[in-house]
Amino acid sequence: MVSFNVLITVAVLYTMVLFGVAFYADRRAQRGSSRWLRSPWTYTLSLSVYCTAWTFYGAVGNAARSGLEYLTIYLGPTLVFLAWWWLLRKLVRIGKAERITSIADMISSRYGKSPTIAVIVTVLAIVGTTPYIALQLQSVTLSVAVFTEFPIGNGGGSDLNATAFWLSAGLALFTILFGTRNLDANERHHGVVTAIALEAVVKLVALLAVGIFVVWGVSGGVGETLRAIDASPVADWQPSPSRWTTMIFLSAAAVICLPRMFQVLVVENADERHLRTAAWAFPSYILAMSLFVIPIAVVGLAVMPEGSNPDLFVVTLPLELGQEKLALLAFLGGFSSATSMVIVASIALATMVSNHIVVPIWLNTRPAGASISGDMRNVVLLSRRLSIVAVLGLGYVYYRTTGGSAALSSIGLVSFAGVAQVVPALIGGLFWRGATRRGAIAGLIAGFGLWVYTLFLPAIGAFPQTMLSHGMLGAGLLRPQALMGLSGMDPLVHSIFWSISLNTLAFIVVSLVSFPTPMERLQGAAFVNIFERGDGGIAPTGGQAEAEDLLVMAQRLLGGREAQTLFQREATRQGKTGYLPDPTPDFIALLELELAGSVGGATAHAMIAQINGQASITVRDLLAVADESAQMLEYSSQLEAQSRELEKTARKLREANAKLTALSVQKDAFLSQVSHELRTPMTSIRSFSEFLMEGGMDAQTQARYAGIIHDESIRLTRLLDDLLDLSVLENGQVVLNTQDASLRDLLDRAVSSAGIDGSKSGGLEIVRGSEGEGLSLTTDTDRLSQVFINLISNAQKYCDAENPRLRIVVSQSRGYVDIDFIDNGTGISQKDEPVIFEKFVRLTDQAAAGSAGLGLAISREIMHRLGGTLDYLPGQGGAAFRVHLPLVRVKRAA
Amino acid sequence: MSKSVMLVEDEPNIIEAISFLLERDGWTVRIHSQGHDAVEAVQRVAPDVLVLDVMLPGRSGFEILRDLRRDAATRDLPILMLTARGQTKDRELAESYGVSHFMTKPFSNDDMLSTVRDLYAASAGEA
Repeated sequence: MVSFNVLITVAVLYTMVLFGVAFYADRRAQRGSSRWLRSPWTYTLSLSVYCTAWTFYGAVGNAARSGLEYLTIYLGPTLVFLAWWWLLRKLVRIGKAERITSIADMISSRYGKSPTIAVIVTVLAIVGTTPYIALQLQSVTLSVAVFTEFPIGNGGGSDLNATAFWLSAGLALFTILFGTRNLDANERHHGVVTAIALEAVVKLVALLAVGIFVVWGVSGGVGETLRAIDASPVADWQPSPSRWTTMIFLSAAAVICLPRMFQVLVVENADERHLRTAAWAFPSYILAMSLFVIPIAVVGLAVMPEGSNPDLFVVTLPLELGQEKLALLAFLGGFSSATSMVIVASIALATMVSNHIVVPIWLNTRPAGASISGDMRNVVLLSRRLSIVAVLGLGYVYYRTTGGSAALSSIGLVSFAGVAQVVPALIGGLFWRGATRRGAIAGLIAGFGLWVYTLFLPAIGAFPQTMLSHGMLGAGLLRPQALMGLSGMDPLVHSIFWSISLNTLAFIVVSLVSFPTPMERLQGAAFVNIFERGDGGIAPTGGQAEAEDLLVMAQRLLGGREAQTLFQREATRQGKTGYLPDPTPDFIALLELELAGSVGGATAHAMIAQINGQASITVRDLLAVADESAQMLEYSSQLEAQSRELEKTARKLREANAKLTALSVQKDAFLSQVSHELRTPMTSIRSFSEFLMEGGMDAQTQARYAGIIHDESIRLTRLLDDLLDLSVLENGQVVLNTQDASLRDLLDRAVSSAGIDGSKSGGLEIVRGSEGEGLSLTTDTDRLSQVFINLISNAQKYCDAENPRLRIVVSQSRGYVDIDFIDNGTGISQKDEPVIFEKFVRLTDQAAAGSAGLGLAISREIMHRLGGTLDYLPGQGGAAFRVHLPLVRVKRAA
Repeated sequence: MSKSVMLVEDEPNIIEAISFLLERDGWTVRIHSQGHDAVEAVQRVAPDVLVLDVMLPGRSGFEILRDLRRDAATRDLPILMLTARGQTKDRELAESYGVSHFMTKPFSNDDMLSTVRDLYAASAGEA
């Protein structure tokens, strides 16, 4: 039996070899002699991070349980590499052109460098990858347990946990050392890639060795093995078409979208041409990896005792048959599979976490304006390292909390399904220019959410059984593994069906209805048409700008004096006389900054570049300029809107002013009228009182003058009363005193108040129809009487008929009563009708009528207050007025 | 021949007061109480002095004043205007039309009498 210590020693020695290889490769790369590092073979071998411990050990287990289904895991990538080679080439080309650092960066770049998308993809990657890392830790500890015969299961013993912990720590150290040695602009890690390539060789050799041993050493040749396979239950498995399709799709998606695969496939790619080799070599590699899976499974099932874990046949079979060295090699193969996956995955994840989450937050929380040039590198490196520790820590914690349970064994496919959610946004973005940021976000969120709900949470056992059988909140349609009642499907197929179809639907629909920003259009075009771009990159050839040209441009944009001051200051700083400094890069940067203040950054950059004789302005520059112009246009249209607003306000003010002026004219006219009405009686009073004061006239004359004075005083008083009454009514301050009364009583009172006793002797004859007068009114009866009296006395004063007669006619309809006052005079001429209700209007020449012409104005105001109207009725023969009044006054809210 | 005053006014009590005042002083007072035909009446009567109210039925005193001043026969007629409206712009308007004197109601009898006398004396002196 191999002791635990021997095993650990071998593992540590192997790890040290890996360290050495990585270190050596990095050194070679630094010195520039890295020809062999950049060979297509290294690239192809590094792609083998696809084959993790899950495939190394799990494929055999899978074959033992489900027959040939394990092949789908290899068929997917094979299809992609053989048939979709051009897709990979496009990815790699874009990755280089856009200096892509991760899958999150790739997708966010495509959609206008959207930070939201970057964060979503990063979170998706973390959620999908963490269980996978835990799975690797578990596979290593399980294989260790096999050698040392520790009990396998929950908790597994403290030594096993210690193994997992030290393994995580060691991997973190390795990843930090070789994954974050420096900040390479193109994010390539020669040391890591070389070590991964070595591990790829080790795991292939180990698996082949076990296979060869099984076929030739145990079964006794190919023919015997095939017969054993035919006899074994493994051959009886019938593939389920839907599950096969789903699995092939998933593994095809995974080989592109898994963060670690994207890392080695796109980010670490040194030369696009390496893909030519990888296109056939990588499928061959995974074919070799899968070659002996079935024999090992079949023989394992036959040889191993009942109930042994088929996931560990690769190690346990040689051990059982006494081949300890072979078993050790197999252990190292599994170890290599696990460690290479964890290393690359944590580099990829750490890059995403650092670039899209940590650094943006760090930049945002820094005080504005602080210099970020100097310490930026250190911050990014630190954040990478912390992210690596965090990612591995997360994997370890996940392993400790779910370790050994069945939850882990199926997690590989669950992870695949999770990262497959980026497929619509990624592939759609590569081939469809119409794809938009909003569409990508909608699709990602829909797919991610459905995946979590239908697959991830059930798989890790987060849902209670009632939730699975009865759905969320008891809603049967929301059963996580039978959405909308779609039951009877394999949970994986079910989840992929819902998440990918709704993801794609949301992506397409939202893309169609949303409008891309210029940046999105530009990036979309750059991604979709990557092959139409010329090979010539943008060479930053520092041309020679003429200081004078720069000055001319600066003057135009900054203004003459400012530009000269700026140039002169720089010239002085450079120790030159005059005002033309040397156009040093520092000065040009400063100038660009100054110009950006007035024309926008992109425009400033383009203008300087033009003068500086640099490469012609790129489409991107132009687009940014257009963007800025659009913003300025918008700004100016805002200004226009503001000035329109101002104009509107000014017009309103003018109107208000005109209204005020008109009011002021009216007020002047009113005051003139009031003045006239007051001064006229006062004139008589003054004049006659002076005569009386002089004395010397007969008693009769004296009495007559005193009488005039008396009458004029009463006229004055009445005028003042009317004015006050009108003022109160018009201001709405009048208090109405509502009470019940019979209309007949009110009319009787008004007739007698007007000084008409009912006989013909008063001059004016009142004719009343008795019908209709019997009704009862609820209103301010005093005010209504005032209106009646005014109308009757007007008839008295102005009716010019020989036998003046006033008819009072009452009619009633729908809660209202109409009381018409019609006299038999000549009436009011048509031209005067509009003015009779105006104040101070008297149509006759008889000033002696004794009123100031306020009566009708007051009456109409009263009727308005009582909720009725007072109108002139034309065409009635004489002057005719209609009082229109509700039977019951409705009190209006004050 | 006695001095004559024509009074164009529509308020009966004021007519009575001014008539009493001037007749007592020896003037012949002719009354007209309408606005619309006042210009013709003045030209027919040809008084020595005209006392003209502003607010008249039919036509404003200002228009009558303007028409009288336009006519050669009455261009130099002494005209005393009376108003109860008491606004300065009324006075300015009247002066712009060439009024001889402008007086606001209520007035004192003495002022009225001396003004009419002065206007008559001035016009007689010129003539």
